[in-house]
Amino acid sequence: MNTMSQPSTMIGPYTQTPEAKAAYDARWERIMACVRLEQPDRMPVGLHTFFWPATYGGITFKELMYDYDKAKKVCFDAVMEFEPDGVFPLLLGTSLGRSLEKLEFKQLQWPGHGVGDMQPFQYLDREYMKAEEYDDFLFDPTGFYLQKYLPRVAGAFEGFDKLPSFPGLHYFRLVNGIRPFALPEVRASFDKIVAAAEEVNVMFGHHLDWTQKINAAGFPLFNGGNSIAPYDFIADYFRGATGMMKDLYRHKDKLKLVLDKAAVFISKMTIANARAAGNPVVFIPIHWAPDAFMSPKQFEEFWWPSFRRLMMELIEADLIPMPMWESDCTKRLEVIKDIPAGKCIYWFERTDMVKAFEVLGDRVALRGNLSPSMLTTGTPADVDAAVKHLVDNVWNKGGKLILDGAFGIPDETPVDNVRAMFGAARKYAG
Amino acid sequence: MNDMNEEESQLVEWLADMNEDDALPLAKRMLLEDGKNPMRVLDLCRAAMDIVGKRFEEGEYFLPELVLAGEMLDIIGSIAKPLIKQGDGEEVKKLGKVLIGTVHGDLHDIGKNIVSFMLDINGFEVKDIGIDVPVKTFIAEIEAYQPDVVGLSGFLTLAFDSMKETIAAFDQAGLRDKFKIMIGGGQIDETVRNYTGADAFGVNAVEAVNLCRGWTGAAA
Repeated sequence: MNTMSQPSTMIGPYTQTPEAKAAYDARWERIMACVRLEQPDRMPVGLHTFFWPATYGGITFKELMYDYDKAKKVCFDAVMEFEPDGVFPLLLGTSLGRSLEKLEFKQLQWPGHGVGDMQPFQYLDREYMKAEEYDDFLFDPTGFYLQKYLPRVAGAFEGFDKLPSFPGLHYFRLVNGIRPFALPEVRASFDKIVAAAEEVNVMFGHHLDWTQKINAAGFPLFNGGNSIAPYDFIADYFRGATGMMKDLYRHKDKLKLVLDKAAVFISKMTIANARAAGNPVVFIPIHWAPDAFMSPKQFEEFWWPSFRRLMMELIEADLIPMPMWESDCTKRLEVIKDIPAGKCIYWFERTDMVKAFEVLGDRVALRGNLSPSMLTTGTPADVDAAVKHLVDNVWNKGGKLILDGAFGIPDETPVDNVRAMFGAARKYAG
Repeated sequence: MNDMNEEESQLVEWLADMNEDDALPLAKRMLLEDGKNPMRVLDLCRAAMDIVGKRFEEGEYFLPELVLAGEMLDIIGSIAKPLIKQGDGEEVKKLGKVLIGTVHGDLHDIGKNIVSFMLDINGFEVKDIGIDVPVKTFIAEIEAYQPDVVGLSGFLTLAFDSMKETIAAFDQAGLRDKFKIMIGGGQIDETVRNYTGADAFGVNAVEAVNLCRGWTGAAA
């Protein structure tokens, strides 16, 4: 196609040349061809990171979380150097320091707030919903959120435990019932929430600005929205790891009801967010599916049904679910194969990719999975050999593989190893 | 345990089968109403945990069963232990001492806790020194506790360097040959073992138990 005769277009304040547009379209088409299980012109490579851009650009992890301009620069420079086919919305994954602080967020410790300036944020696994609160959640999830959950997870919401219970308010009872809004604690909460929301807006403005800039340079975002499996949503963010494991025995019926309910609102939220982002790919990090975490029977009884329903609803809404199956999920492959062909990207962390290709090659595009230990402690030659192994055994055998790290690029990865990863992809697969 | 009466066998079976609703009332009755020797009840619990461990090893049980078994054991233990009188019997001799902690920079503890529990129910004396443990604390704890095995846990990729540093510090303190070192965590593999200089790594709690058995000469 002769692009020279096409006019440049503006993406926000940035000019996209016809060449950049053609490159953008080619990159996106490479990923979409994989999703459709068709052969692209070459093996696509994704760029997914958390704190690695700080390592790459020589700034601290704390700066990546707090300094929007520095964050945009190092993330932009990384995209320009490595020319990936799809880029994770990098700022949304890290540049949250100011927002978290204003929200007085309690579920994380992050650089500048509980961990050192060169350490990644870490989630605090706790029981944020007690076992005896399943009924409250089931009866009125919104009420449970407002009065119980939000005050537990963020200080800005603490005054909300004084809010009235809304269901039942009516007529003069409604008029009289709003008195708690005048309480000093409730007013203070609203002030903090507004300030936090304004900060999130600022952060989001930087995310949009950075996205427009990479788009104009010819690089698409890989995914717009994120989502979560209903089981992981309850296990990680409500019951905590050990609480959830006990619930499989002690509260199994209520747990199933909660998972069914959560699948509905997670699906609605995900579809709305993906449409707002204008990108069909939905990134879904999967935490509780690994082989070692529960029996095959428990997986099929508790984990898979609500997640499959969520995926099917996303597919019916013309979205492309991209679950990222953490750890080793080899024993789950036959179960998770039960989805329509050509609609999803399955990203594997420690599952053997060759085995995943054998089971799922005619069903889904694959993504991954260079080992974190090799990327961080190995040499460029090790990385080259690992890429060649995937090309020889998956890509060259017809697997629709999108190359990436097992969970993106680990924070501490030497830059030369990332150069070796992208270089080997071009050398061996186009 | 071959000399169990019917009721004792029933308790072991219910505990091993995760039948908490029946097992806990029976254990409570034995301890609080029947005046059964609390050491005997704890022995029955240990027999049940042996079965749980075997089922885990054989791939029948997974993490939820280990967690629930641990919880049942805690509940029964909390009732039994205050009832123990002198002369009720002796504590079972431990197979060896294991000191375990999550290396500095890393706050994760779920895997470490499960390994500690499995080592404990398999007859090891375990000292868990928590998360985000500085190198100096490891050394001070090791000098005081004199373990046979040190377990370093870590979930994040930053733990690779923390483990390497911690093990190098053992070397500098002249402690390296006094115990074996095992590492474990979500991203740990042979590459990391080699990088850190640990003696071995394990991908689950059973492997940790087997490593410790091998090193302390305990029969499986």
